[in-house]
Amino acid sequence: MINIASLIGISISAIFINNFVLSRFLGLCPFFGVSKKLSSATGMGMAVIFVMAIASSFTWVINSYILEPFGISYLQTIVFILVIAALVQLVEMALQKYSPTLYEALGIYLPLITTNCAVLGVALINTGLNPLTGQPFTFIESLLNGVMSGIGFMLALILMAGLREKLELSNIPKTLDGLPISFITAGLMALAFLGFAGLNFFSSIGG
Amino acid sequence: MIKEELKRGIITENPTLVLVLGLCPSLATSTSIQNGIGMGLTATFILTCSNAIISLVRKLIPDKVRIPCYIVIIAAFVSIVQLLLKAYLPALDKQLGIFVPLIVVNCIILGRAEAYASKNGVFKSIIDGLVIGLGFTISLGILSFIREILGSNKLLGLKFFPGYEPMTVFILAPGGFFTIAFVMAIVRYLGNRKKGAKA
Repeated sequence: MINIASLIGISISAIFINNFVLSRFLGLCPFFGVSKKLSSATGMGMAVIFVMAIASSFTWVINSYILEPFGISYLQTIVFILVIAALVQLVEMALQKYSPTLYEALGIYLPLITTNCAVLGVALINTGLNPLTGQPFTFIESLLNGVMSGIGFMLALILMAGLREKLELSNIPKTLDGLPISFITAGLMALAFLGFAGLNFFSSIGG
Repeated sequence: MIKEELKRGIITENPTLVLVLGLCPSLATSTSIQNGIGMGLTATFILTCSNAIISLVRKLIPDKVRIPCYIVIIAAFVSIVQLLLKAYLPALDKQLGIFVPLIVVNCIILGRAEAYASKNGVFKSIIDGLVIGLGFTISLGILSFIREILGSNKLLGLKFFPGYEPMTVFILAPGGFFTIAFVMAIVRYLGNRKKGAKA
């Protein structure tokens, strides 16, 4: 039985309320590393959405049909990181062969994604309980959580890239130039996203 | 030699504030001193162990598959630490939550493996792991000290200033960004001034 209310709740929560970058602090390295130009931010964002969707569905299947039935959940960390690394490699090879244009757009960002903690983060979150229903995540829910968290990441990345392109043109004190001013910008964005915390889905749907 | 190494790990190559690596755990776990230092020491332990093992097997690993090998070694130590924390420090484990398994993808650890342990001997790699880990722990300590005082008006769980209303935003996400921005700016200002004095 697919719970539509839970699916909508997961989407809004993953994009806005618990935005991966701005409220959960996941995936900060690419967030500051690749947000200098709007075009590269878009490429990185697309690649992350793609990998997160695949990774969250694969790790969900492995976790619920292999790790849990055999009682070897303590191997979770090792298994998940290996699965993610292998998937990224496979996706890279498949793209190179079947879709060279997409490969050219995403190619250089794919290897970086293995060490993006957002991907492992979403896989680990999907093994816990769904805060909206209080039940373990179903396959559809965890896939959706992966895609929507990726969209949330891309949203933050693109907003940040747009702001940083403007910052390049402004006159910034020498000690704040570069990363410190980016952190302050991110802080202001996080402050704005804090406003979404008022959207209380957890009590309205769960109850 | 030890003095120079310490200076390198804590000041000139400070992983968080100068090289800007390992941002996710440093911002997410620096909400209180206990969490920050706990995270720092956990990461130091894993970094030292993985550096030691990687430098031992560095000549056996073919160049092409070295990154997956490093990740497996690091993940093994992370799993060990995860089980130890669950057994002996359940409160800290609960506070750090998802960020304990996420040490696997901490760029400091993989970065040291690639840049140092894969090129140097065991003893030097262990020292490197210890000093870089110490630098990480100290910067986490500074961040969490500021955030705990401003955000919850407490130090190690005790009340700090009587009659001061804490700014809760400092233990939430935006405060983390603001704190690291200003600490980094101060570090940079001091560095620039030192350079200016020398020139």
